[in-house]
Amino acid sequence: MPMQIYLPIAEVSVNALVLFGLGGIVGLLSGMFGVGGGFLITPLLFFIGVPPTVAVATGANQVVASSVSGVLAHIRRRTVDFRMGWVLLFGGLIGSALGIWVFNILSALGQIDLTVQLSYVLFLGFVGLLMFQESLRSILRARQPARKITRRHQHLLVHRLPLKMKFRTSGLYISVIPPILVGMLVGVLAAIMGVGGGFIMVPAMIYLLGMPTKVVIGTSLFQIIFVTAFTTVMHAVTNQSVDMMLALLLILGGVVGAQFGTQIGAKLKAEQLRILLALLVLGVCALLALDLLWRPSELYSISVEGRA
Amino acid sequence: MIRLLALLILFAAPLRAEEVVAGLSQNRIAITASFSGSDILVFGAVKRETPAPEGPLQVIITLQGPPLEVTVRRKDKVAGIWVNTDAVRVSRSPSFYAIAATAPLREVLSETEDLRHAVSIPRAIRAVGSGLEDAGVFTDALIRIRTEEGSFTLDEAGVELAEGTLFRTRFVLPANLTEGAYTTRILLTRGGQVVDSHEATIDVRKVGLERWLFALSREQPLIYGLLSLVLAVAAGWSASAVFRYIRN
Repeated sequence: MPMQIYLPIAEVSVNALVLFGLGGIVGLLSGMFGVGGGFLITPLLFFIGVPPTVAVATGANQVVASSVSGVLAHIRRRTVDFRMGWVLLFGGLIGSALGIWVFNILSALGQIDLTVQLSYVLFLGFVGLLMFQESLRSILRARQPARKITRRHQHLLVHRLPLKMKFRTSGLYISVIPPILVGMLVGVLAAIMGVGGGFIMVPAMIYLLGMPTKVVIGTSLFQIIFVTAFTTVMHAVTNQSVDMMLALLLILGGVVGAQFGTQIGAKLKAEQLRILLALLVLGVCALLALDLLWRPSELYSISVEGRA
Repeated sequence: MIRLLALLILFAAPLRAEEVVAGLSQNRIAITASFSGSDILVFGAVKRETPAPEGPLQVIITLQGPPLEVTVRRKDKVAGIWVNTDAVRVSRSPSFYAIAATAPLREVLSETEDLRHAVSIPRAIRAVGSGLEDAGVFTDALIRIRTEEGSFTLDEAGVELAEGTLFRTRFVLPANLTEGAYTTRILLTRGGQVVDSHEATIDVRKVGLERWLFALSREQPLIYGLLSLVLAVAAGWSASAVFRYIRN
């Protein structure tokens, strides 16, 4: 049976099952780790021949759907810290505005592609290594129960700042300043790199704010919904590059994948979840780094500017 | 179209010894959601008032998609990493270009005639002066990439010519077509000189849902964006609801 489908905005014909599968894989990861999957879906779409602008914009739209699906599953398990979510989102929107401003400056300088790729490599590499090392250590520690030391009250910087607030779901009583700053940082990066920012948000919540891993995923998804919804509408209005047909197919796969991902995630231990995410992040980082370092097979590329 | 052709024949008759009379298997292509490419058959005959002149008659048929403005970029190694450095703007590059002929192009068409009628692939592309010494390399790269992806084709034995009169060729249009007016040209040549030519248009348009979505995204971008969100949220919510129902 021919499963080819013509995408009205991307103006390419692709296999519907391939799109469904791609959406499914990204949705699975989204539900498991609380990452939106924007950093995966965009290069994958590009690989099957969807123009980059359409891939970025439509990827954002599909992340909205899988995040909604994932967050609802988390809400039922009471693993979403709404109060923290709103605080992060507040910072995130300020960050987004700042990020768009920085993006425009970099575009004017003419090196936005390189900046995006380099910041991907640096951030993914840094975050990945940090998580990998930490989760490996906690797995090793868990294997030697005799030497297990439980540190209940870690006094991080977040405990000494003013404007303290109770985050009951996370079991935290910390200042709102660090979450706002984390939200801002992620917002800036999200706007520049065109992603929801989950892969930075998740580790930041665990290591900088000291939130429990189980709560982090749902909360991250909660705020990603808003960030990517904003991005989708912005792209639709400014570049007219959201392909609804493409989004629909990715979403169908994605929402199903997200449900399975959430179930798998619930069965894994927190350290296992973190080490898997660390490996995923490092893998993507390595691929991007290779792309920069290896001599490309085709040195020339064509980008369509419009009708002549 | 037929009337125009008849008029053309009427006026051109005393001037030209040989004329093209041609037809297309279809003059419009509808892009639906399940569109997976299409075939176009171009056929026709050579009309003569007098006996055929000496030498072989050759036929060249081209099919050209809407022209695009593109930028060709080149990567270079800077401080150990590969980055885009030089770029050349091409103000006119067809989104699709297929050539079929009865024999190799340089045998059937002289250099000056190619220049005048812009037939061969390099002639169908127009680059903007870039100031780069090796700008030609960029247009070569454009042709190479487009040929590899099947958007540019050259078939130098693609036209069948029977008895020096009847000709036909078949073009295969790929699934990733750009919407717009496609022009097909038929050129009759003798000794490298064009003796007659004929042009016809094929209208390639999205229809149905494809048309509606495309138009909405251009005319009402905000509504389109919000509709995309509604779709995403509804899909996410219903998947969650369905899964909960299955598990209970």
